[in-house]
Amino acid sequence: MGPIPNHIAFIMDGNRRYAKKQGMEEGAGHKAGFLALMKILCYCYELGVKYLTVYAFSIENFKRKPEEVQCLMDLMLEKIGELLKEESVVNQYGIRLYFIGNLKLLSEPVRVAAEKAMAATAKNTKTVLLICVAYTSYDEIVHAVQESCKDKRNEIEALYASKVSNGVTEGVEEGENINGTIEHDVQGSCESSLSKSQALNTTIACNGVIRVEKKKGVILHAVQGSCEDKWDEVMSRTSNGVTEGVADSKKKQWMHPTIKLVDIEKNMYMGVAPDPDILIRTSGENRLSNFLLWQTTNCPLYSPSALWPEIGLWHLIWAVLNFQQSHYYFEKKRKQL
Amino acid sequence: MICLLTLPPVPLELKSPLSFRTRAQQQQHSHPFSQTLRSHTVPHKTLTGGGTATTTVANVALSEHNDLNAAEEDEPLPAELNEELMPNHVAVIMDGNGRWAKQRGLPTSAGHQAGSRSLRELVEICCKWGIRVLTVFAFSYDNWIRPKVEVDFLMNLFEREIKSQMQKFVSEGIRISVIGDSSKLPQSLQKLISEAEEKTKDNSRFQLIVAASYSGKYDIVQACKSLACKVKDGVIQLEDISESLVEQELETNCTEYPYPDLLIRTSGELRVSNFLLWQLAYTEFFFVKELWPDFGKAEFVEALISFQQRQRRYGARLS
Repeated sequence: MGPIPNHIAFIMDGNRRYAKKQGMEEGAGHKAGFLALMKILCYCYELGVKYLTVYAFSIENFKRKPEEVQCLMDLMLEKIGELLKEESVVNQYGIRLYFIGNLKLLSEPVRVAAEKAMAATAKNTKTVLLICVAYTSYDEIVHAVQESCKDKRNEIEALYASKVSNGVTEGVEEGENINGTIEHDVQGSCESSLSKSQALNTTIACNGVIRVEKKKGVILHAVQGSCEDKWDEVMSRTSNGVTEGVADSKKKQWMHPTIKLVDIEKNMYMGVAPDPDILIRTSGENRLSNFLLWQTTNCPLYSPSALWPEIGLWHLIWAVLNFQQSHYYFEKKRKQL
Repeated sequence: MICLLTLPPVPLELKSPLSFRTRAQQQQHSHPFSQTLRSHTVPHKTLTGGGTATTTVANVALSEHNDLNAAEEDEPLPAELNEELMPNHVAVIMDGNGRWAKQRGLPTSAGHQAGSRSLRELVEICCKWGIRVLTVFAFSYDNWIRPKVEVDFLMNLFEREIKSQMQKFVSEGIRISVIGDSSKLPQSLQKLISEAEEKTKDNSRFQLIVAASYSGKYDIVQACKSLACKVKDGVIQLEDISESLVEQELETNCTEYPYPDLLIRTSGELRVSNFLLWQLAYTEFFFVKELWPDFGKAEFVEALISFQQRQRRYGARLS
């Protein structure tokens, strides 16, 4: 009827409520939850879904009672061990395992086990299981932002190093409308610092976008440069008292790396998989709880009222059929545009 | 291999999986599949009181006028709602104008016109019921690819609406803020927005945030760029970049309540579509089948009732 979704994500909510409902002891709910995960895993991979992501443990969950947290960590350790056994489902479906999150927050044994599991399954190519532990989208995004800043800083340093060594002070021509680039890339606080008359010599920088500004009839090049002070020195040498027109300036422009959407995406923990096509949260709650905020912005959220250990094949089929229906509608709309 | 003969029986709640269930049907079962997706038996707002057949653009204008007068009267909080559990910040994805117009054989512009009336009414109710902030997704960054005729109409509509509501904003203590990449908006609209924001910046009773040419992802990218600037300037260290620093750089830093408590999306779509991204981490979602021009007080009350019944745990446990 329609395509099978490539990637389904699950928020496995409701284990404790299930245990209470069944009169089980605490902790038993999570064990039942693991069994449900194995079941769903099989259904998904049989259906032809390649990527499966599950929200196993949020950074916020560390705030729970220490006994519960310990119980979950022990369970994880136990189950990781089981998954790596010869006869497990991992080998049956050729699953490559990823543990997504701030793994440094995990206790040593769990972290080591997770890393071992990732290494052991690195060569599997048929299907992928991404287990989010010690994860929140906030943490993922902040980490991606930090890494992007670090990358750009390194890029700029490398660029400067190669230019200075060549004794050349010309930049690479980009051929784009610089003013257009500025309007799009220069943001609030940086713009105001630029408008100061000492723009050339201050350590202004906004990811290295060139600013062409008219001040008192003179067109200055206030270059937004690197994180290095030397960068500014070089810039002011080339820019002092410049009265070139915009057309000329295009030839002698520095193109500094700017942070873009792709840079952040590249540094996301979830960058190893495509975005989910469907997000399912069990137990009837209708919120994301800091899970895959970036990656699920265009995918539908289904909220079956069943608790996670109660999830079954029909819930999955229902979600897939709905996905196919709306996929058909969106494809039609896309073709119209 | 899954053997079809041995499939478990279909759970009661999934018996009609692809049809939207009426509220009556859902109440028969103790656990509706999707509590928030429903087809209402509540009477829809009809424009001329006679159903859909006689709807015309002229009638839209007439009933807009009538509704404005009606909205002036006092609106006490309905008995079903608990004043103490009202959300501070409500966000709305105003989806379905085009489909609404198509259903009536009208041009898309009529749908947007009717939609702006829904918005005015919602602003009115929010003000009266003590909600502090309303953020609406008026135009996505991804919507620029729509036909130019429609985009131009929308830009004109924004301008007309801001101009016509300006007096009301001032007299009712409403602060208006616009978030999004305003550089892509027509110059005249940019200027009008600046003026409106300036004129209402000290109003504190209620804040209307209009997301125009907005994208949740780009909000984060621009926050990232601001932080990169600060790192470069030595204002902060790379290691200082934290969740609260990111939050402060997002465009929603124009309000005391940057995180919506409740998100409502109309027209039956179950996704966020690049609206507020970071800000929606713990927001309660309420998806409504009605198209935006048909969303009124009754639907809003239902969303609020649902919201007030939810247990918000933020990852911890309520013992």
